[in-house]
This record gives sequence, C-alpha cells and structure tokens, in this order.
Amino acid sequence: MSYFGDIYKGIKTLLTGMSVTGKYFITSRKGAITQQYPDNRDNLKMFDRFRGEVVMPHNENNEHRCTGCQKCELACPNGTIEIIWDRQIDPETGKKKKMIDKHIYHLGMCTMCGLCIEACPTDAIKWAQNFENSVYDRTKLTRVLNKPGSKLMPGVED
Amino acid sequence: MDTTIKNSNLKSEEYFINMGPQHPATHGVLRLLLTIDGEIIKKVEPDLGYIHRSIEKMCERDSYQQIVHLTDRMDYLSSHINNEAVCLTVEKALELEVPERVKVIRTIIGELTRIASHTLWWGVMGMDVGALTTYFYGFRDREMINDIFEETCGARLTMNYNIPGGLMFDIHPNFVKRVKDFIAHFKTKLPEYDTLLSGNVIFQKRTKGVGILTKEDAISFGASGPVGRGSGYSCDVRKHHPYSALDKVKFKEILKTEGDTFARYQVRVEEMWESLSIIEQLIDNIPEGDYKVATNAVIKLPKGEFYQKVETARGELGVYVVSTGTKNPYRVKFRSPGFSNISLLNHITVGGKIGDLVATMATLDIVVPDIDR
Ligand code: SF4
Ligand code: SF4
Repeated sequence: MSYFGDIYKGIKTLLTGMSVTGKYFITSRKGAITQQYPDNRDNLKMFDRFRGEVVMPHNENNEHRCTGCQKCELACPNGTIEIIWDRQIDPETGKKKKMIDKHIYHLGMCTMCGLCIEACPTDAIKWAQNFENSVYDRTKLTRVLNKPGSKLMPGVED
Repeated sequence: MDTTIKNSNLKSEEYFINMGPQHPATHGVLRLLLTIDGEIIKKVEPDLGYIHRSIEKMCERDSYQQIVHLTDRMDYLSSHINNEAVCLTVEKALELEVPERVKVIRTIIGELTRIASHTLWWGVMGMDVGALTTYFYGFRDREMINDIFEETCGARLTMNYNIPGGLMFDIHPNFVKRVKDFIAHFKTKLPEYDTLLSGNVIFQKRTKGVGILTKEDAISFGASGPVGRGSGYSCDVRKHHPYSALDKVKFKEILKTEGDTFARYQVRVEEMWESLSIIEQLIDNIPEGDYKVATNAVIKLPKGEFYQKVETARGELGVYVVSTGTKNPYRVKFRSPGFSNISLLNHITVGGKIGDLVATMATLDIVVPDIDR
C-alpha cells in the first residue's frame, strides 16, 4: 500500500499546488504587479512622501528660505550637509547678519533619514521624488542646493 | 557468493568546505565553515564579521534622534520594529507618555512589517528547498505592504518613521483604505500559501523531522521568536511584556511542540493570520490626537541604565542603553534575535545532510546585518 500510496499522494499534492499556479497562468494579466520600468517612465509617479533627494525650492525671483542657521547640519547623523556661511550686511536693517553662502549636500552619503528636513525651522529644504541618481563620477553627487546668485526670501526669520 | 567487499581500501574522509560568504542560501554575507564527510555534516561554524559596521559604537557618537535611523540597517526586514524599540527605550527613560494614536499606529505598522517579513521569508523558504514559484507569490503580497509604507513613511525598507516622542509625521490620508484593501487581498491569498507549499509531499518530506530543536535547547541557546515557539517555548514578547497598543488586542501565541523545520515553518505562516487579526482590531479605531509629543531638541537621558525589548519578525530584540546624563549614550547594546538563533545552527544540523542544512537555515530566518550589526 505505502509505495503506491506515496505515489498517489505525491501526485495529488502536486496537482493541488498546480491548481493555484494554473489559475494564475490563465488569468496572468489580471492583477500583475510588475512595473515595466523604464518603459513606463512617462507615467511612473512616485508617492508624494517618497524620499529621493534633498532639494531646496527657489521661487521665480531666485529666492530661497534658508537662513543659514545650520540646524540641518547639526541634525544630520553623518555629515552629509555642510553649510558655508558668511556675515553680510542686511540691506534692510543695515546690520551685519548671518547669511548662507553655500548649502552643500553630498547625495552619495545621504541615508534618507529625513532628520534635516524635520529640523529646518523655515522649511527651506524638502524631499524631491527623483530616484535616478546613478552617475559615472561620484563628485557629481555633491550638490550645492542654493542656486548661484540666490537670496533669502524677504520676511523669513529663524 | 558473498558480494560485499571486505577490507576495502575505499574509505571516505572528512573534509572542509566553505559555504558563503557569497552564497544565495546563506541570505547575505554569512560564511559557514563546514566539516563534512561525504554528504553528512560533522560540524558547522558560522564565521561572522563580513558586514560588521560597528553600529553600537556609532550610537555612542550620535544623539538619541540619530540612533534611530541606524537600527534600520540592522534587521532591515523589521526596520520599523527596530526603530520602535529605540524610541520606546528613550521614552521609558524620559518617562514620556506618547499619545494613544502613536501607539496604535506603531502597532499597526509593526504588524504589517511582520507580515512583510514573513511573506518574504515564505517565498525564500520555498526557493531554498527548490520551489521557485513561491518566491513570486511572496513578493506579490509584500509589494502591497511596501506601497503602504512608501506612501506613509516615504521609504519602503529603511523607513525611519519613529522619533523619540512619537512619529515623524502623521499617517497618509490613504493609509486606512490601503491597509483594509491589503487585509481583504491577503485573506484570499494566505490560504494559497498552504495549498501551494505546506501541503506538498516533497516539501513535507524535506522538512518534517529535520533540524530538531528541543525546548530545553531552545531555552539554553537563547532562541526567540518563531524558532523558540516552534519548539514549544513560549517566548512572545508581545504576549509576556506588551508594549505600545499590544495590550489592547487579542491574539494567540502560536506554539508548536515538534521543534523541527516544519514546525518553525507552520509557526510563521500561522503568525501571519494573527498579525492580520491584530491589524483588523486596530485599523477601524485609530484614536484622534497628536502624532507626537514635543521633546527637547537635544534629548538628554537621566543617568542610569535602561532596557526595553520588543518582538521583531525574528524574535526578541533588546535595546540596552547606559547613560551618563549627556546627550550621547555612554554605551548601547542591541540583543539581536539573529545572533542567538544562528548559534543553534551547529547543534541542530550536525549529523544531517547538506541539503537539510539549507532548509534548516531557511527556517532560522536569519538576516545577516542583524547578526553582525
Ligand atoms: S536625510 Fe538624513 S542623512 Fe540625508 S542629509 Fe538629511 S539628515 Fe543627513
Ligand atoms: S536648510 Fe533650514 S536648517 Fe538648514 S541651514 Fe537652511 S534654514 Fe537652517
């Protein structure tokens, strides 16, 4: 009994399993989760909160909201952000004030933890949803987030 | 006529081979030094250290907010639960009571993490014993959970969604709907797991009676999680020391007494049902309220030693923090489930075959960065 019984049982469980796979074989198109990347690049939309890279939005007058307070630099666990700042004359008050010179961001070191963005008191930096970051030269991953010639948006105080 | 060869010169001798560190069955950079005689295993020595990043030392450098993101990189398949463990330790030390909303959300995401981890494990387990199909089925269901995480937390694996005092931001408006969709979807798919793999004769022959771990050994080796529970050792931290919202939900601790590979397999599959039921109990009544309580920008723990344990998908994770009252911990030690579980490997595989080693290791469900840290 046991020898043929085993064969019978083996075939039976095999067919039970194949009934599942067979069902999907017939209805394979329905419910497929495969993404045809990169063919679907044009209509591939990432979620709003997706952490791709840190960027600093500028308005049409080339103004940003970064005061150079260095809170993001302190919050960052691994030195990804470097703030180079300067004391410059504020045109409104005529007094010397801390101003940002360069907000340097090393994308290659970033762990996408989001602590810098939480720490920023003026919401000067935010996440961008871009994820295609591969380059041939890693120096390209070091970015200056404030655009050349940009200024602090009037009215932003830390 | 006697056909047996007497005084034969043919004899087998022990020899030594390396399995890993680059071997698909070791699930990461784990190197096993095998002493074998033919196909029989004489000794298995795990050689660790290939992915050691000195996370515990890095913790001494970082502030308490910064430590959290490092734990993502330990057991990356239960990253949310690791984060939670650190946050719970800090909150315990500060005697900070987090809002109910935070507790419930943490528990829901924690259980989703457990399901995601177990579905991935199920797929890989099938693959390790030669059933490639399961891999795709496991990943299909995990994909839905990863989408939920991506939408709410911003990342699929290394989420860093917890901060000491609560959550980094509130859940996404779609969160509840997506979780409910997932529950409905997964309830129809989970029975397929049993039809496809658990009932299969070949699979059962490969796993039943293989890699037996007795309850006594499970306790003395410090096994935890599904590995301990497969041997009848009741060690579910969620049950014995409930944290977050786990004291408000009803669920069963899955225990099997056989202690073999198949028992550990069954524990994990049935645990997915329990996790589903926990999520179902909580998802409809997430309390309103804040998603965090304000802490100082620089968190300083009082002088002393603090310990908190949680149940990750792999077992008991303990976080032990020694503080001297400054903004950095003096010492952080993680008691990781993978480390104790891998120490069992030699004990339960000696005398078996190489093929069984792979099946047994699959049910220990190791994640190598969790062992090495
Ligand atoms: S996301 Fe984290 S690692 Fe990256 S720059 Fe911000 S704080 Fe630093
Ligand atoms: S980005 Fe924000 S936190 Fe960083 S220096 Fe500028 S204002 Fe301060």
